[in-house]
Amino acid sequence: MNLINIKNLKKEYTTGDVITPVLNDINFKIDKGEFVAIMGPSGSGKSTLMHILSFLERGTDGVYEFKGQDIKDFDDNYLAELRNKEIGFVFQSFNLLPRTTVLDNVKLPLTYSKLKNQEALAKKSLESVGMSHRLNYYTNQISGGEKQRVAIARALVCDPAVIFADEPTGNLDSKSGNTVMFLLQQLNDQGRTIILVTHETDTANHAKRIIRIKDGNILSDEQVKKRTIAEADKDLIK
Amino acid sequence: MNSFSVIKLVIKNLRARKGRTLLTILGITIGVAGVIIIISLGAGAQSLILGQVTKLGSNLIYVNPGKTAESGAPIPGLIITSLVNSDANALRDLNRVPYATAVNASTQGAANVTWGNKSVDTNFLGTDSEYSKTINFTMKLGQFFSAAEDIGGANVVVLGSAISEKLFSDSGVNPLGQVIKVKSALQDKAGGVPLRVIGVIESRGSSFFQNQDDLIFIPLVVGQQQILGIHHLQSIYIKVDDAANMDATIASVNTVLKQQHRIQNDINNDFTVRNLADAADLLSTITDALSLFLVAMAAISLVVGGIGILNIMVATVAERTREIGLRKAVGATKKAIRNQFLLEAVLLTSLGGFIGIIIGVVVSYLISLLMKNLGYDWEFIVSLISIVLSVGVSVFTGIAFGLFPAIKAAKLDPIDALRYE
Repeated sequence: MNLINIKNLKKEYTTGDVITPVLNDINFKIDKGEFVAIMGPSGSGKSTLMHILSFLERGTDGVYEFKGQDIKDFDDNYLAELRNKEIGFVFQSFNLLPRTTVLDNVKLPLTYSKLKNQEALAKKSLESVGMSHRLNYYTNQISGGEKQRVAIARALVCDPAVIFADEPTGNLDSKSGNTVMFLLQQLNDQGRTIILVTHETDTANHAKRIIRIKDGNILSDEQVKKRTIAEADKDLIK
Repeated sequence: MNSFSVIKLVIKNLRARKGRTLLTILGITIGVAGVIIIISLGAGAQSLILGQVTKLGSNLIYVNPGKTAESGAPIPGLIITSLVNSDANALRDLNRVPYATAVNASTQGAANVTWGNKSVDTNFLGTDSEYSKTINFTMKLGQFFSAAEDIGGANVVVLGSAISEKLFSDSGVNPLGQVIKVKSALQDKAGGVPLRVIGVIESRGSSFFQNQDDLIFIPLVVGQQQILGIHHLQSIYIKVDDAANMDATIASVNTVLKQQHRIQNDINNDFTVRNLADAADLLSTITDALSLFLVAMAAISLVVGGIGILNIMVATVAERTREIGLRKAVGATKKAIRNQFLLEAVLLTSLGGFIGIIIGVVVSYLISLLMKNLGYDWEFIVSLISIVLSVGVSVFTGIAFGLFPAIKAAKLDPIDALRYE
C-alpha cells in the first residue's frame, strides 16, 4: 500500500465565469520513507499540489488516496484531525506565533491533539533539532535559522507520517539553509517521509526523487542521480 | 482542544495586549458599574422612604390645605389658608371621626433662635401636645409641652437635639429652664419671642427630607400668633387606631372638613387627605421609575461597550489571520477557532463586568457613607440580582458581539490565511 496515491488529479479555480485550470491530470505515488522534491517555477501549480496533498484543500476531480483511503470520504473536521496527526508543515516564512515562547510554539499542534505528556513531547522534539537551549526564548529573540529549526520541531511534535517543507530555505542564509536540509535528510534517514516544494535545483537535489511540474502537468518524475548530502554546521548544532 | 487550554491560550493573548484589553473593556466596565450603582441607590432610597414612614409612625392620615389631584403633588409656592384650628377641633370629635386616637395640627416656618450671644437659623414647628401621640420620638431631656401649655399658649419650647447642641454644648449649660429668643426669619425686627426650654428630643435623623433634629417645637398658638401672625394651619396629622380603619377614617375626615368648609361637591375641596403610607408608595413608585430609566441609560452604555468589543474583535481577527491559518494547518477545526475567539470576547466582557461590579459596589458603599454623614438613614444595599444580572449581561454581550468575528475567523481559508501579509 502506498502512502500517497494520486490518480488523474485535477484542480480548477472558478472566479465568476472564468475557470482557471491549475492542475491537469496528475498521477503519482509516494511510498513511506521517500524524500520527494516537487519542483517547478512559480505559477506551475506546485503549491496547489502541496495544499491538496496536505489536506488544506481538495482537488476538483480525480482520486487522492492517503494510506489506501480515498479522502473524498472524509469531512472537513476529519481532515483537520488528519493534518494534526499525519502532517507536519515547514513554511518558508516560519509562521511562528509572535509574543510566544519557543516551547509554546512547538506545543501549538499538541493543543489540538489528544496526545499525553505534551510538555515532554515538545521538549523532546526541540532537542532533536538542537534547540533545547532556547525553550523559553520568545520567537523574536532568535535567529532565522533557529526559527526554522523551531518550525521543524513543531512539525515533528505529533509524530506525523509526512513532513511538507515549502521552500524551507528560501528565507535563510546558506549556512542556516544547509542545517535545515541536514535536519530534513536526517529525519528521512530515520524513516520519515519528506515532501519538499521548491523552485531551486540545488535544494531539490537534496531529495531522493524529483517531480517536475510546469503549467499544471508533470514534466518528469525521476530519481536523483547525484544527491547532495548536507552537512550541518558544527556551530549551529551542538 | 480542551477548554482549559483554550482559556490559558486566550488569557495569554489578552495579557500580551494589556493596554488594548483595558481600553476595550472600559465601556462594559462603565455600563456594569452604572447598573450596580443605580440599582443600589434605588434600593437605598426605597429603604430610606420606608424607614421614614415607619419612623414617623404607622396608621397616619395627613391633611394639607389646598386641592391636589389624587396622585399629584401640592402646588409649590402657593400659600393656602383654607385649613384652620377649628377644622382640627372638629376632627377631634369622636362622634364624627370615631377611629382617631390623636389629631395633631401644625404650622411651620423658618426661624432665628438666639441664646446669649449665640444665634442659629433653623425651622420651627408650631404644634399642639397631640404631636407626641402622633409622631414617634423619645425625649432626651425634660418633656414635651402639655395640653395646658399648648392651649394656654405658654411661652415654652422643645428643642431638636442638633439645635440644643449648637446653642448649649460649648458652654455646658443644661438647656432646661434657659430662655431663648425666637423670631420669624422673615421678620427683621430685633428681639423675638422669649421662650423657656422645657425639653430636648433625642436625635432621630431625617424624615421626609427634613432633618428632624434641626428643628424647634413651640405651642401652635405661639407660632401662629406671636411669630408668624397667621391663623391657618399647614398640616393636620390624624393617628388611626388600626390599619383596617384607615379608609373609613379618610372618608370621615373628608366629610367633616367638607361640612366645616360648606362644600357640597368633592370637586370643590380646598384640602387634601392622604394616607401617609400611600404617599410613601408614591415616592417608591417614582424612585422605581427613575431607577428603571437610569438602568436603561446604563444598558445603552453596555450596548456601546459591546460594539467596542465587536470592533476590537474584528480588528483582532484581521490582525491574526496568519495565526488562524497556521492553527488550521496544524489541526484546528472551524469549531476550535470559533470557540477560541468567542471565548476571548466573553473573557473580555466578563473581565469588564467583574471590574465594573467592583467599582459599582465600592461607589455604592461610598455614597451610602456620604448619605449617612448627611444624616439620612441610608442603607448600603447591593442586591444579588443586580450582580447576577451584570454577570449575565456581560457574558451575553461577549457572546452577542463576539460571535460575528469568531465565525468570520472560523471561516477563513487556511491557505489564504497563511499567505496573508
